[in-house]
This record gives sequence, C-alpha cells and structure tokens, in this order.
Amino acid sequence: MSDRARKPRPQFRNIGIAQILSYRLPLAGRLSILHRVSGALLFLLLPVLILPLFAMSMTPAGFQAFSVIVGFTLVKLMFLVLIWAYLHHFCAGIRYLMLDSHHGLGKYAAQKSAGVVFGASLGLTLVFALKLFGAW
Amino acid sequence: MATPEKIGAKRLVVGAHYGVGDFMIQRITAVILAVYTLILLVGILVMPGFTFEGWRALFTFKLGVFPMGQVLATLAFLSLCWHAWIGVRDIWMDYVKPVSLRLGLQVLTILWLIGSLVYFAVIIWGA
Repeated sequence: MSDRARKPRPQFRNIGIAQILSYRLPLAGRLSILHRVSGALLFLLLPVLILPLFAMSMTPAGFQAFSVIVGFTLVKLMFLVLIWAYLHHFCAGIRYLMLDSHHGLGKYAAQKSAGVVFGASLGLTLVFALKLFGAW
Repeated sequence: MATPEKIGAKRLVVGAHYGVGDFMIQRITAVILAVYTLILLVGILVMPGFTFEGWRALFTFKLGVFPMGQVLATLAFLSLCWHAWIGVRDIWMDYVKPVSLRLGLQVLTILWLIGSLVYFAVIIWGA
C-alpha cells in the first residue's frame, strides 16, 4: 500500500472548458468545431426563428414585409449569422463527404481543403452580406 | 484446425452496430440536403425576378396533379430532422456524461425536431 503515500500522478485530460480560448487548434480543427457550432445553432433556431420566417415568406403580406424588416441592421445581421451557419455547414459537410470517400486524407491535402472551405464559406457569406447591405 | 479468417464470420462480436447505420444515414441525408439546396438555388436563379409567386412555386409546384414541390420539400425536411437528430445526439454523447441528463436532453431533442416537422408540414401543405 505504498501507493497511498505517493503523490497523485498528473493527469492530462481532454481539453477543458477553461482552455477553450487559449487552446490553439489547426485550421481543420477550427473548421470542425465550427461545423458543430453552426449545426447546433441551426438546430436551436429551427422552430423559433427559421420556420417562423419561412411561414411568413409563404404569405403575400409576409413576403412583402420582408423588404421592410430587412431594412433594420439588426435583422440583416441576424440573417447574416443564419446564412453563414448554413454556408459553413454546407461547405464543411462537402469536405467531410470527400474525406469519408478517402479523398484528400493526407496531412497537407486536408489542411489545404480546410482553407478552401473557409475561403468558400466566408467568400459566399461576404457575397450575401454585400447583397443584404445593398452593394447592388 | 479452423481457418483463422472464418472466425467471427457469423458472430456478432460486440455492440449493436447501430453506429455504422447512423454514420451512413448522416452522410446520405447530408447528400439529400445538399442536392435539395442546389435544386432550390437553381430554381431561384432561373426565376425571372425574385417574386412572391416564384418563391411560393419553389415549394408548391405541381407535376400534373402531383404536388412535387411539397413532396420534395417534405422529404428534404425529413432528411434534415434525421440528420439533426444524429448530429445533436453526438453532441450530447460527447459533452454530457450523466446518463439521466443526457437522456433528458435526447428526449427534448426528439420533441424539438418532431415539433419542427409538424410546424413545417403545416406551413408547406397549407401554403
């Protein structure tokens, strides 16, 4: 029973909640956690925001009202968050389907495709942002 | 002597194997949703001007008497619910360890998604 006298051995657990901000993830890791965050966000907003907006868009008066409410900056930002979440989940999801079918599994190929996904999803979000804020 | 490669050929070694099924369903529903997204995108792009009638027609167009728009949208939404169930369940399994809390969250997730499905059906079939 000499074990009892010994100091407890140090334990290296998985990442804890306090470390989240200081923990440095590779690009593919950021992509992965944002895939989860965007999916969770879309799930949580589905019946409380996305479907009510969809219901609204299905009536002539509601559809008209969109051109009014989209005039508010806060509404624009809300739409933009939704659009980003969908685009990120969509683009990252396509990358996962690619990886699942054993394409681009190498270290550098995977890093590169993570960069491509960020470029595509953020680029497309920017296009939507410009459209929403009336760049054309 | 038994040939080693035959060992376990007809034996379920471990687990219920639902993980493989869920993994496949997650991917299949993802493909369905991606395809439906592209269908909607093409529909919006070929629309002559973004009007209410055009938007509504994306989800209510008919092939003869068959309500194709509604059926496609409903199938896509069913895929979405199944996809979201597996994804959110994975989140609970990864982060929530107490079994009772996890079970409670999983039940709430199912109710949340069935509620969404009913709401969606009311919107799309009443449109």
